[in-house]
Amino acid sequence: MAATDTGAAAAPFVRIEGVTKTFGTFRAVDNVSLDIAKGELFSLLGGSGCGKTTLLRMLAGFEQPTSGRIFIDGQDMTSLPPYERPVNMMFQSYALFPHMSVEQNVGYGLKHEDLTPAQRSARVKEMLELVKLSELAGRKPHQLSGGQRQRVALARALSKQPKLLLLDEPLGALDKKLREHTQFELMNIQDRTGITFIVVTHDQEEAMTLSSRIAVMDRGVIRQVGTPNEIYEFPSNRFVADFIGSINQFEGEVIRTGGGMTDVSCPVLSGTVKAATDATPERGSKVTVAVRPEKITITRKAPSGGVNVVRGTVRDLGYFGKDSLYRVKLESGHLVLVNSVNARRSDEGGRVAQWEDEVWLSFEPSSAILLTD
Amino acid sequence: MRDWFNRTGWRDLIIATPYAWLIVFFLIPFLIVVVMSLAIMKSASPPFGFHEAFPWIDLGNFARLFQDTLYIRAFVSSLINALIATLLCLLIGYPMALGITRVSKSWRNILLMLVILPFWTSFLLRVYAWIGMMGSNSWFNKLLTGIYNFAVPSEWALKSIPMMNTSFAVVLVMVYSYLPFMILPLYANLEKLDTTLNEAAMDLGSRPWQVFRDITLPLSIPGIIAGGLLVFIPATGELIIPSLVGSSANPMIGRVIADEFNSARDWPMASAVAVALLFLMVLPMVFYNHYEAKAQNAGGKP
Repeated sequence: MAATDTGAAAAPFVRIEGVTKTFGTFRAVDNVSLDIAKGELFSLLGGSGCGKTTLLRMLAGFEQPTSGRIFIDGQDMTSLPPYERPVNMMFQSYALFPHMSVEQNVGYGLKHEDLTPAQRSARVKEMLELVKLSELAGRKPHQLSGGQRQRVALARALSKQPKLLLLDEPLGALDKKLREHTQFELMNIQDRTGITFIVVTHDQEEAMTLSSRIAVMDRGVIRQVGTPNEIYEFPSNRFVADFIGSINQFEGEVIRTGGGMTDVSCPVLSGTVKAATDATPERGSKVTVAVRPEKITITRKAPSGGVNVVRGTVRDLGYFGKDSLYRVKLESGHLVLVNSVNARRSDEGGRVAQWEDEVWLSFEPSSAILLTD
Repeated sequence: MRDWFNRTGWRDLIIATPYAWLIVFFLIPFLIVVVMSLAIMKSASPPFGFHEAFPWIDLGNFARLFQDTLYIRAFVSSLINALIATLLCLLIGYPMALGITRVSKSWRNILLMLVILPFWTSFLLRVYAWIGMMGSNSWFNKLLTGIYNFAVPSEWALKSIPMMNTSFAVVLVMVYSYLPFMILPLYANLEKLDTTLNEAAMDLGSRPWQVFRDITLPLSIPGIIAGGLLVFIPATGELIIPSLVGSSANPMIGRVIADEFNSARDWPMASAVAVALLFLMVLPMVFYNHYEAKAQNAGGKP
């Protein structure tokens, strides 16, 4: 199933048009086109060196695209310097001015706005209240904790009421507990201010919970754009399927299609797999059947009359409390990941199977993802 | 003993070494100079001594510092020359240091080498080179005279610009000689600055010159002060440059100390001038440190 750009169906607020950026012979961003709607919380997700930060820096104006154009709210921004763009950025290192107090940091951008001193201090006060830092207004950055610095950086970036806020790994420097809390605070602030957010992150969980839509990037190219659900459940290619969460991939060959169902012969599964698909791949074409670990059922007894059933032995077992992760070795030698919720309470941790147990794996045709790309 | 050495011996030794050096080669000689400044001149060897009756010491040398206009003029001209040289070094050195931080790594090393390169030739040789250049028949003087005559009305025209034996010559050669001492600490400071701060300021609406005024300049103050002190202090007490290219009618303080010591053989007076010079240099630093410590604490208001 192809990802649909439902969010940007209306007039796009941010339009990136065939943007390419090369450093020497290296193509950091390769012919990227993207439409982002007003009020979206959009994530650019990818590993290091995938071009997501370069794309963000081009939106901020720190880098000039080698070719292509960038529009924000209908205006061509491509060659405008950073200080003339209605865009603000929250830096990964926060980049707080060390010689200025929290108050001065937040008020710095307002010096260039046409405001009276009273209006300016009112805006600073409002911003500090928004991020709950009013009582630390007189502190210097080095007297703040990491989480407090992050909030100062956010308040400073929001102070000019930009049309677009860019966030470079906004939660990257925080510890796990604080991340979860801050994540929801960020969504809350985005909701209240209505400003369009573009977040760069390498953390898929962060992107999944935060975003209204995600663009997955790899080697300068956008591999898929969609809602978190679309990206996870309907990856359009092997890279995205592999990058987001964990997934089992089985190579195979199409032997029959029709009726919304495709039969694939998979040697590693020692049989035929039925996958429910809208697309009708050509007979004989090579495809990959991908199944998420949590969509596979593991049982000790053979399920009666089901499709997509395969036998194996438990090789490894990880107990995580609420669920367990099994690595099951099939007769072909292929290892399959299975994630199973420990629904029952028991001495054995509610596990279905133990090491070296013989088990049966099965999955619904609708759980199988057919990847051709 | 052996146990103590194993525990903290190396650490103590390493800490003690520079202190021992400072005590032997700075503090003790300085105390000798202070004691000498409180003595009187005597025809003996060494040529000074103390009063035979109470109060033994003599403050007459310090009184002379404020009475004899020679000393006052020497102090004032030293301070003015050093101050002008320091400001010029800053104006020339700051853009150079900033420029060096903004080029690629390989170019940085080449440019820093070029800054240090003059040190590889003799200092005296370089001063003599300037003497040659400033003389009335040199190409340099002719060039400057030509520019000057071109720029001013013809009745002000000169055959050559009198440069040698003036304060101009002293300042020129001091700027030339001390420029690396301004550039190196400034470079060390500017190189450490996080350029994302500049980007953040630009992102918040500041044009490049505003970024410089609001971010780079305030954050480089420690470098400016370090470079300023490294130029100003030796420039104030400079002996060789004013002796070779300065005017003998208007000596700088270094020359006065040398003359008192060598020609006049008035060791106590030379010591008194040296002690006064030291206090003149130390006081601004004490004030600066005090102010710095205060500024550091001021940020902590709850």
